[in-house]
Amino acid sequence: MLGMYAVWFTWSIFEIDPILGSPLAFIIIFFVGYVIQKFFIHHIMKAPAAAQIFLTVGLMVVLENMALMVFGSDFRSVAVTYQTESIHLGEIFISKSYLYAFLAALVITGLLWTLLATSWIGRAIRAVAQDAMMAELVGVNATTTYNIAFGLGVGLTAFGGAVILPYISVSPTIGSHFSVLMFTVVVLGGLGSVAGALAGGIVVGVIQSLSSLVFPIHLQNLILFIIFIAVLVVRPNGLLKEG
Amino acid sequence: MLKIENLSGGYSEIDILHGVAISIEPGETVTIIGANTAGKTSILRAISGVLPRVVGMIVLDGQAITHKPAHEIPALGIGHVPEGRHVFPRMTVEDNLFMGAYSARRKAKISSALEGVYKLFPRLLERRKQMAGSLSGGEQQMVAIGRALMCNPKLLLLDEPSLGLAPIVVDEVHEAILAINASGVSVLLVEQNASLALSVASRGYVLEDGRVVLQDTAEALRTNPEVRRAYLGI
Ligand SMILES: Nc1ncnc2c1ncn2[C@@H]1O[C@H](COP(=O)(O)OP(=O)(O)O)[C@@H](O)[C@H]1O
Ligand SMILES: [Mg+2]
Repeated sequence: MLGMYAVWFTWSIFEIDPILGSPLAFIIIFFVGYVIQKFFIHHIMKAPAAAQIFLTVGLMVVLENMALMVFGSDFRSVAVTYQTESIHLGEIFISKSYLYAFLAALVITGLLWTLLATSWIGRAIRAVAQDAMMAELVGVNATTTYNIAFGLGVGLTAFGGAVILPYISVSPTIGSHFSVLMFTVVVLGGLGSVAGALAGGIVVGVIQSLSSLVFPIHLQNLILFIIFIAVLVVRPNGLLKEG
Repeated sequence: MLKIENLSGGYSEIDILHGVAISIEPGETVTIIGANTAGKTSILRAISGVLPRVVGMIVLDGQAITHKPAHEIPALGIGHVPEGRHVFPRMTVEDNLFMGAYSARRKAKISSALEGVYKLFPRLLERRKQMAGSLSGGEQQMVAIGRALMCNPKLLLLDEPSLGLAPIVVDEVHEAILAINASGVSVLLVEQNASLALSVASRGYVLEDGRVVLQDTAEALRTNPEVRRAYLGI
């Protein structure tokens, strides 16, 4: 939601294309996330799950209502030239705005992967996730690393929101449209697995598109959740995670 | 080089350690022996800054490090090989070693440190692209020791490096400790296996319920009737 508003503003004021503006959304929201982790979430890392849910849901309610106060409840969208255009590959039509969003997602995934695999901060993030005390023993400031990791996480969400703005309009509660799907993607792939999330995302997308060929479009999510539940019965830890 | 005085503390309000005093001279290998739960691991944790509550004095080369945050310790030249090895399981051997150099990441010395580790443990060079979690216990111990050496330490803390290893691997690890010490690194070795520890170290401390009850040269401890009865099983 914040990422979408960020690029909506850079589009409406500076006429920057949302996809080109998306790195800016990433950077701004990275710092927002860093600060939220540092001043709020850091204090409840060891607290019971209920406290963590209260805080994070509370933060969401605060942010949504602040957005409501500032921006109102209007749906806002951008107008870009390629919005209604599509590419024809034989019988297949690919909408340009979906294609650009997909390509942008591929690029950021590649960048994230490279960052995690080869940089010092990437290694530190993996080390803290695997064994926080040991990471401290080799000189990693685990607290700062958590801040950066959380900033990256929400920055990526903002980036994702930004690149879909050409075909989705933004409102203060837009986030909740995606949160259920997002949980499905993550749980389907396997909680805590990056490759799993990627696989889950592709599987969810393909199921949604294919089911709408066969069934009425309003049954799209019904089909998805039936398959989701069936997968969890067979593989309770998700597609790519061993028990 | 390291001087611990009147060290107390623990994981909660209850003291696990009670006024421990230990010192290590440059180039020395010193051991702390003691039964399970005596507090050996807690002493090493206090030095490295991961014991939750610490009272007393820990001085490294004249600088008090008692309440320094854990992540600032390796840059001062202390490498820690924790009990249970604690390799990063879903990272390659080489990434594990790189993590050991995290505190020195802006310096150029990393590649020579890496070379040194591979020379000491050629097996790690063969397995450098393998996930550390998939290695045998002995190989994981080598990763843990190699990782600690990557910060070019002057003092190496070793917590039960022989625990759970086959005898032949234990010998290998001990060879490595001797080689590390011979290269000028001071070693503080903690072991339940007292005969092993006393064969490597030049001096030793005997810890009981968080108190140092005896300290002497390794030679004298090996022949001390009390130590022989309680820790060497003779
Ligand atoms: N993480 C911990 N939290 C609480 N108590 C602990 C923890 N680790 C160890 N202890 C307690 O501290 C005491 C000393 O343990 P430790 O230092 O591990 O001894 P040793 O290494 O000599 O076996 C034991 O009584 C143990 O139960
Ligand atoms: Mg121990």
